[in-house]
Amino acid sequence: VRSELHFDAVVIGAGTAGLVAATRLAEGGARVCVLAKGVGSTHLAPGTIDVLGHAPARVDEPGRAVGELVAAHPDHPYALLGVDAVGEALAWLAERIAAGPLPGYRYVGSLERNHLLPTAVGAVRPSALVPETMAGGDLRSDDPVCIVGTRVLRDFHGALCAANLAKAGIAARSVEVAIEVDRADANAVGLARRFDDPAWRASFAAQLAPLLQGDERVGLPATLGSKDPHGAWADLEQRLGRRVFEIPTLPPSVPGMRLFEVLRSSLRGAGGRLILGAAVASADRADGRVAAVNAHAAGRDVRYVAPSFVLATGGFASGAIELGSDWIARDTVLGLPLRGAPAPGEQRFVREYLAEQPMARVGVAVDAQLRAEGAENVLVAGAALPGAVPWRELSGEGIAVASGFRAASTILSQATAGATA
Amino acid sequence: MTDVFSDLLVAEELRGSLDHCVKCTICETQCPVSNVTPLFLGPKYTGPQAERYRVADQPSVERSVDYCSGCGICTQVCPQGVKIAEINAQARNKLKRQKGVPLRDRIITRPTWLGRLGTPLAPLANLSLRLRPLRILGEKVLKVHRDAPAPAFAGRRFSRWAHKRTSPKTGRRVVYFHGCGTEYYEPWEGEKVVAILEHNGFEVEVPKQDCCGLPLQSSGLFDDARKVVLRLARALAPHVRDDDTIIVGNATSCTLMLKREAREILALADDPDLKLVSERTYDICELLLELHDRGELRTDFKPVEEHIAYHAPCQQQGHWIGKPALELFALIPGLQVTEMTARCCGIAGTYGLKAEKYDIAMDVGRELFSQVEASGAATVACDSETCRWQIAHGTKRPAAHPIDYLHRAYGLDG
Repeated sequence: VRSELHFDAVVIGAGTAGLVAATRLAEGGARVCVLAKGVGSTHLAPGTIDVLGHAPARVDEPGRAVGELVAAHPDHPYALLGVDAVGEALAWLAERIAAGPLPGYRYVGSLERNHLLPTAVGAVRPSALVPETMAGGDLRSDDPVCIVGTRVLRDFHGALCAANLAKAGIAARSVEVAIEVDRADANAVGLARRFDDPAWRASFAAQLAPLLQGDERVGLPATLGSKDPHGAWADLEQRLGRRVFEIPTLPPSVPGMRLFEVLRSSLRGAGGRLILGAAVASADRADGRVAAVNAHAAGRDVRYVAPSFVLATGGFASGAIELGSDWIARDTVLGLPLRGAPAPGEQRFVREYLAEQPMARVGVAVDAQLRAEGAENVLVAGAALPGAVPWRELSGEGIAVASGFRAASTILSQATAGATA
Repeated sequence: MTDVFSDLLVAEELRGSLDHCVKCTICETQCPVSNVTPLFLGPKYTGPQAERYRVADQPSVERSVDYCSGCGICTQVCPQGVKIAEINAQARNKLKRQKGVPLRDRIITRPTWLGRLGTPLAPLANLSLRLRPLRILGEKVLKVHRDAPAPAFAGRRFSRWAHKRTSPKTGRRVVYFHGCGTEYYEPWEGEKVVAILEHNGFEVEVPKQDCCGLPLQSSGLFDDARKVVLRLARALAPHVRDDDTIIVGNATSCTLMLKREAREILALADDPDLKLVSERTYDICELLLELHDRGELRTDFKPVEEHIAYHAPCQQQGHWIGKPALELFALIPGLQVTEMTARCCGIAGTYGLKAEKYDIAMDVGRELFSQVEASGAATVACDSETCRWQIAHGTKRPAAHPIDYLHRAYGLDG
């Protein structure tokens, strides 16, 4: 007894890179299936598409800065992708979001200029493509900001955020609104469900309005609704008569969940399958190719056979890449060769935690077309790629979107070429 | 097998997974119960976090885990592979041992007893289930909510029908596990499963069988659940000792119990009969889709001009096979399907029947009910019988198993 299913392409991983690749494949007519151990990075990331934020100085023009980065780092994922491909992928994603299941919800921005968005601790995040609901917080504008905190959301301190912004020379202050919840505290998702309710929103706005001054714009934790965030945001702007913007929170990330929902819905709409819980346990490899992967299902493994695979499993954070006690890094999913690890004897880590860690550039070795070394029908996308340090560069989502898009395009053009031949 | 020592071993195996928890809170975002009630603190708090304070031989300090419905979504969405739902099931069992088991939980977790009692008295039993004063009495005495969905006894048993007939000999044998829902409440579902399998060239064998023990397990009555599931494994295993005969079932939560939950939660991973049954068991839609993938499914489908809503129940999602019913529906001309994205209907087997949990279950289901209404669909397809009863209760629309539509499309409904 052996369970076996056939697809045109199998994508491993349900983060941004995997969902972009799968959606694009499905739209291109491929029978595609996404296999994932669980929900991916979307629910943890801020939901912005950061292309390049630091290089290492703050980046204002991401398109131009990517070009410079590519020239200096030929091993960087952007060097394989090219800046035009990044722009194309971003435009595609923005269209999917605008046409998605959340009415009116859209992303704004381009590779021309980065937005400068406040983070939850009042730092500045340069980001290329951001939810419209966040764009009002752009600190390139001099308008004063008022950050609204609430005690029940313990991961978001309005006073801390405003104080740090003020230190950076931004006119910022904070106010607090009391919210009643039926438990000790609330997380961002719980709060977002409340903002879905128009009556609740109205009473929140009524409580907040008298606390605001002058021409302040209003920064709120990114919890303005899960079902109709555009409606909730526009409603608050209208009720308060001023600009309102969301500030990404610590996980769980409501804007990230919205992005997941957009991509999931686009994938399903295009006929793709998404299987959560199906952790890939092993692969059948022969002649430099992966013939099939075996994924856990209840009772037995299921063999997924396809001519092409996309490996979008992430890096160290997701557990897809692991550093053993023998100091050897491994791809825990398909066991493919890695690149970017410091050579024996070289420094692997430096003392300062968030500094440029030499080990951080490790990823699955690929050629210029993102084909994995030793498995020519496996295309690699997202944080599994070597050569980037996304949390320092603020480049993770840009790489994920552009490489997922590219991996899918490569598979689709191969299929077309094969059909023509 | 059922001693305290092996309980601890399985607990250790599950507990090992909690070290992978990075506190990312993805499970908290998806938990249908903690998102509607403060009575359940949420999968991360009661699971990976509270588990660190659960010490053998000492009372459990975290009591809200009794309000976990056991839907298993947390385990499914966890990107780190933490067995959250399974850890919480263990904790619920420990709590039950500590607090004692209400009489109610000993009764409603025994579908076989209820079925055998109710079937011969069906008209009377069904009438009493609809009599308000009796339901109020039932709520007061037994703590079964007066409004909870109560299916009607069919008055006949599926197995009686099955044992009176012989499947045409084709040499391609399949063992049918029908479960208690089909046996006592919806025997027609079993008849349709048999018809579809036979239409596709299978020789259907229906061995004498009994409950899978899932209701007992989900209510924390592990010792009884073990006895019941092993009895079923002993009944099914002799029929699949060859190399390729498989077992197929239409009760998706019961097939999941056989495939995975009994082995993982009840410390029965080593039982050879259960292991064999686990590896051979298929959900009906899973089997039909695999046949289709191999080009072996008959596709002589006639149009079914209908708009339906499809809800994949939590336990079906726990098979980790996606939503095969949707792929099968796509083969039926004319059938328009709206996929529901709400995660849970709330019932979770017997959870929503319990007086103290009924309102929570209805709150959980509300999103699904409103999605069904917004879809404009006339009927709802869903793979689990208790979910169908809850959905019918919550939406006032008929709910049917996905195979009903296949049965009609094949023209097997006469």
